[in-house]
Amino acid sequence: MRYLEFERPIEDLDRMIKEQEDYAKKTGVDISNEIDSLHRRRNQLVRDTFYNLTPYQRIQLARHPERPYCLDYIRLLTTDFIEFHGDRKFGEDPAIVGGLANLDGTSVMIVGHQKGRDTEENLKRNFGMPNPEGFRKALRLMETAERFRKPIVTFIDSAGAYPGMGGEERGQAEAIAYNLMRMSRLRVPILVVVTGEGGSGGALAIGVGDRVLLMQNAYYAVCTPEACAAILFKDRGKAASAVSSMKITGEDLLRLGVIEEVVPEPIGGAHMNWQETADNLRESILRNLHDLQTQSPEELVENRYKRFRSMGEFEEVKDRPLQFRVKEEPPQQTEHKKAKNPFSMASA
Amino acid sequence: MSWFKRPPRYTTINVPEKKSDIPDGLWMRCDNCNEMIYKKDWESNLKICPKCDHYSILSARERIKSLLDPGSFEEKDSSITSIDPLQFSGYAESLARSRKRTGEKEAVTCGQGTIEGYPIQLASFDFAFIGGSMGSAVGEKITRALERGNDTGQPVVIVSAGGGGARMQEGMLSLMQMAKTSAAVAKLREKGTPYISVLTHPTMGGVAASFAFLGDVIIAEPKALIGFAGPRVIEQTIGQTLPDGFQTSEFLLEHGMIDMISERRDLKIQLSKLVAHLYN
Ligand SMILES: [Zn+2]
Repeated sequence: MRYLEFERPIEDLDRMIKEQEDYAKKTGVDISNEIDSLHRRRNQLVRDTFYNLTPYQRIQLARHPERPYCLDYIRLLTTDFIEFHGDRKFGEDPAIVGGLANLDGTSVMIVGHQKGRDTEENLKRNFGMPNPEGFRKALRLMETAERFRKPIVTFIDSAGAYPGMGGEERGQAEAIAYNLMRMSRLRVPILVVVTGEGGSGGALAIGVGDRVLLMQNAYYAVCTPEACAAILFKDRGKAASAVSSMKITGEDLLRLGVIEEVVPEPIGGAHMNWQETADNLRESILRNLHDLQTQSPEELVENRYKRFRSMGEFEEVKDRPLQFRVKEEPPQQTEHKKAKNPFSMASA
Repeated sequence: MSWFKRPPRYTTINVPEKKSDIPDGLWMRCDNCNEMIYKKDWESNLKICPKCDHYSILSARERIKSLLDPGSFEEKDSSITSIDPLQFSGYAESLARSRKRTGEKEAVTCGQGTIEGYPIQLASFDFAFIGGSMGSAVGEKITRALERGNDTGQPVVIVSAGGGGARMQEGMLSLMQMAKTSAAVAKLREKGTPYISVLTHPTMGGVAASFAFLGDVIIAEPKALIGFAGPRVIEQTIGQTLPDGFQTSEFLLEHGMIDMISERRDLKIQLSKLVAHLYN
């Protein structure tokens, strides 16, 4: 297994345990007490580490290269998967995959970001960062699902839409916007699972659902911690400091009303035990889909509208229009400015 | 090296300076051509340089004044303001600075008025307010403007200048405004109420990737910077410099992403013609 930076102390203990075990095997000397005590120390350390993860450590887990990706979840959760390709407009974008699969006896349309497992696959899949074709393919499949009344499950795991020249030429902004608008009206259940990285508009473009589940060590953010750090501290390297103010982990997102549920992962992260992760997720997906399927298409669409309509926190002070303006500037100066500026509005 | 000023390859964004603390001079220098211009000429010319035709950014209210029939504007939702839901470092100060600089409470001003006699719902962005970015308050005001269009059947016109995209300081609540506003456009479309989106310099990120690119008709001002990813981010990602004119209105027209480019002085007449066509 691959250790992350913050897992170094665990790695050290693992090495010591391995050395002791090798020594015992080689020499036949009984040091099982020592080995047991090392194991106990290791378990304690693992608990201490993973019950107290910082938000930035979570993000490192969300990006772990051995984490299950969309096609892995499809294999672990479903049978008879048939993948579909292409947006029927320009091309095929392997950064997003999708198709019909059998989930617990029901046909569902699955759409998700797909990262590569190695360099070669990552080049092909562009690290799971879609171009407009990917978003348009995703919508095409979701519209197909609507025509045949199949529920939709989407898996989000992308640092974001790809910031490249081709994407801009072919309407990256329009592709995302159009998905947001169309998904809000699809007359079938849409269940969204953020499995790893929920990176901004490129994540939301397949994320306008009735319910949103977040894996315990996944994150969902308006921009990457690196981009946030670049703006906040003018230094992309300070992502660890930026991330705590961003409020992007499960507890924060539940509180903000952006997600409905956090799906537990095995201790150490989803990559430690794919099957256990998938079993947890299966339970959550089936329960939520079952709930959603009791709603009529009209109810689904109306409730989905309300879900997003209610998001946001702001202040509305009634009956005090323009008071602020008067407070900020001495009246004389305001008069002066008005006289000089041909655009200034009559105070309305 | 540094004393040679390299000409910018793409349109740069100048945040308008606070005007009121220097006594108003009669003359000023154009940001673009650096020529001395008579300030009154420039202002009466909708802040277009009479020498080089450079468009300076209009404030929300200057824009409204340039589009609506005199005296017809009735502001709505002016009491909606941002709070600091995440207690995000520096956000409260940022809001205070923007409020002082612009005299506005938020980055968008909304209301209703008439354009050549036709009643419309209008929303106008102020780039000087945290880059015209969309947080909860902006998302709510845009959504209400769209819903008023839905309720009254009056065409909705949104003039975007959202270079900041989704407002980072409100985190995921800002991202969700993209879905909220886009869902409101979807309702408008189902009802058949017209929505005209006007893209002005600069319109990027989460503002571009939601309501701004969902107009039944999309109009852009000349030479505006419009796109999803910022030019610097793209250059860093692909490791090469972008060609001249990348992500400008002219580039978008060529690539089929907008319906037309309208000169600022023609925008009112263009909008009124469209509204006349689309009004049921
Ligand atoms: Zn000039």
